[in-house]
Amino acid sequence: MDLAYGPQYDAFRAEVRAFIAAHGAKAPRRFGVSRPSDETLAWQRLLIEHGYAARTVPKAYGGYGAEPDILKSRIIAEEFTAAGLPMGIANQGISMLVPTLLELGTEEQKKKWIAPTLRGEVVWCQGYSEPGSGSDLASLQTRAVEDGDDFVINGQKIWTSTAHAADMIFCLVRTEPEAKKHEGISYLIFSMKTPGIEVRPLKTMTGHAEFNEVFFTDVRVPQKDIVAGRGQGWFVANATLKHERGMLGDPNQAGTRLKEIVDLMQKETIDGTRLIDHPGYRDRLVELQGRVLAMQFHGLRLLTAATKGEDPGIARLIVKLQGCEINHQLAALAIDALGEIGVLYEDSPHLRAGGSWQHRYMFDLGLIIGGGTAQIQKNIISERGLGMPREPKPAKA
Amino acid sequence: MEFGLSEDQKLLQESIGRTLEKVSPLERVRQAAEGHDTHAGDVWQALVELGVTGMLVAEEHGGMGMTLLDAALAAEMLGRHVAPVPFVATAVMAPIALAGAGSQAQQAAWLPKLASGAAVAGVAASEQAAGARDGAGITAGGGRLNGTALFVLDAAAADVFIVADNARGLHLVRGDAKGLTRIALTSIDLTRPLGELRFDNVEAEPLASGDAGATLRRMIDAGRTMLAADTLGAGWMMIEKAVAYAGERKQFGRVIGSFQAVKHMCAEMAAELEPCRSLVWYAAHAFDAMPDEARLMAAHAKSLTSETGRFVARTATEVHGGMGFTDLVGLHYWFKRIGLNRQLLGAPERVRHEAAVLQGWAAD
Repeated sequence: MDLAYGPQYDAFRAEVRAFIAAHGAKAPRRFGVSRPSDETLAWQRLLIEHGYAARTVPKAYGGYGAEPDILKSRIIAEEFTAAGLPMGIANQGISMLVPTLLELGTEEQKKKWIAPTLRGEVVWCQGYSEPGSGSDLASLQTRAVEDGDDFVINGQKIWTSTAHAADMIFCLVRTEPEAKKHEGISYLIFSMKTPGIEVRPLKTMTGHAEFNEVFFTDVRVPQKDIVAGRGQGWFVANATLKHERGMLGDPNQAGTRLKEIVDLMQKETIDGTRLIDHPGYRDRLVELQGRVLAMQFHGLRLLTAATKGEDPGIARLIVKLQGCEINHQLAALAIDALGEIGVLYEDSPHLRAGGSWQHRYMFDLGLIIGGGTAQIQKNIISERGLGMPREPKPAKA
Repeated sequence: MEFGLSEDQKLLQESIGRTLEKVSPLERVRQAAEGHDTHAGDVWQALVELGVTGMLVAEEHGGMGMTLLDAALAAEMLGRHVAPVPFVATAVMAPIALAGAGSQAQQAAWLPKLASGAAVAGVAASEQAAGARDGAGITAGGGRLNGTALFVLDAAAADVFIVADNARGLHLVRGDAKGLTRIALTSIDLTRPLGELRFDNVEAEPLASGDAGATLRRMIDAGRTMLAADTLGAGWMMIEKAVAYAGERKQFGRVIGSFQAVKHMCAEMAAELEPCRSLVWYAAHAFDAMPDEARLMAAHAKSLTSETGRFVARTATEVHGGMGFTDLVGLHYWFKRIGLNRQLLGAPERVRHEAAVLQGWAAD
């Protein structure tokens, strides 16, 4: 047990702080809702140039080209968070497509797509889920039929965030209908401007359209725009999902949220008494603080395992489930402590924080369901973590 | 940066676990519990031989001079095997009391005996850690103690007691002191001794060579962290037993572990309990390396493992169905161990209030 980073890392931390002191003022104030704003694009370029974004992506593909060093990545995140500065862009193209292409793409695909994606210029959306294929993603039915040098795609995707603003899509389609369900899927990348694509916004319980439905009618995509070959799509998608689950349930996000609630409970009053002086709210706050701390230390433990190349086993499998749940409970506490004010929304008088606690409380429920539902996570924990038997397959009708 | 156990610590924990598996199987625990023997001689001797009794005693006094994290690893194993032996008072809180506030002579008189297992120490600090019940409390004056101490840890076999008075002073009292009455308290958990001490003008030596108030707080922090580690070990054993039972028991032509209703109960237990491990490690490490954080982290470790422990104890019992409710499979020994840990040295609401006070969120 040694929680100091050591002199080599102290020097690196000093570098990061110097960067923040010199350039922090250039951080974007408006990020852009579905596409990055010009300020955000400029900030992203600056971060890549100094190695604080796209850090380990090779220079040849537009990254910074550093050796992977998890502790340095953590120091960057710590210092940016402490300074209240935004990190680099973390959209689905950067966090999911780029690692996938680096691992499995052709040289041509890497050269063409990685650099502009990293710079934030090319925005991607993810075409995985379908109305009939949620938790059972491998049952997806969107068909891609070979026709000359092209595939012709017909079908529908759902839960496609940023589809209305995206330039490109990475998409799972069924190319081999005769094969077993996991073996008949391919991973295609194509432009959202291709004729035959229709995007319809999907309004959620938050009142906003954070997602879309995407309809494909005879959409022609060149066969060369496949990643890792026909029938390999399930394997490719799983390589990417690992990255997504690591993003969801980040304990440092919960730490930031906890601080906001402490602040809120020290400022807001009821009958002239601060919320934090109410024993009931305060007890919930302290209990949640314990949960947040446990997940943060749990994160340190996973980080240590990763630096040693060890598989932390069940400790890794619980992060998405627990992390999303704690975030949800934090938002719930903020709402309860605010009482009637906590249910105000949109542009109401007396609104606090732009109604963001309600928005987060509802949106977090979406995160508990998305990216592998809580129930799917429990299957994974019990089967892979505890070695319990799988649910028997139902007998064929 | 390394947040984890060293190779030595892993080996230490494994060796304690292996030993307890041999000397403290369920039949032995049952025999001790049914005989109200909370100082099972053979189990105790095996732990003495491993050095568990001297982990926190300095080498100059015949101990091993180890860290609280090492002791937490031992506590986890004791909980895992519901070991019917004294530990929290005699091996953790008493050595901290003597090292922190005892004179050279007091240390030389008792620490070697505690380390070698030749003597057992009880600790009377419940009123200071959890609050006074039933009018308990100790007044000190003129080298004499009067009053009652409840929920005294490791009381039954103790040769000596460390006693906290109402003014947070610390005293050393011999087990055979004149005017001292020792009464056994029977709790749900028959694996660990709990007692009441009545003091009628009992002769006591003050522990006055250091800051007694600060030492008392350190004792309580360490004790809470040990109880948290004990619950962590007991809880994981309950999860493992539930998983094993669900893998054997068949209903409707299938092992019940293949039903999602049952699997998800097991997943929830593991997902809730595993982060407690990191919190217990951090709290124990803070005790030695980051004293500014130690009190807060001990309070959080105690609170969270208590809440999670309660959930695991009832859920693992439910996974066992009717069998979990019987004495036959003995699962209740772990259930009760976790139940006692929750209340000792400050229950969750109490320690969370302390955590709030420490952060300036509540008045003392």
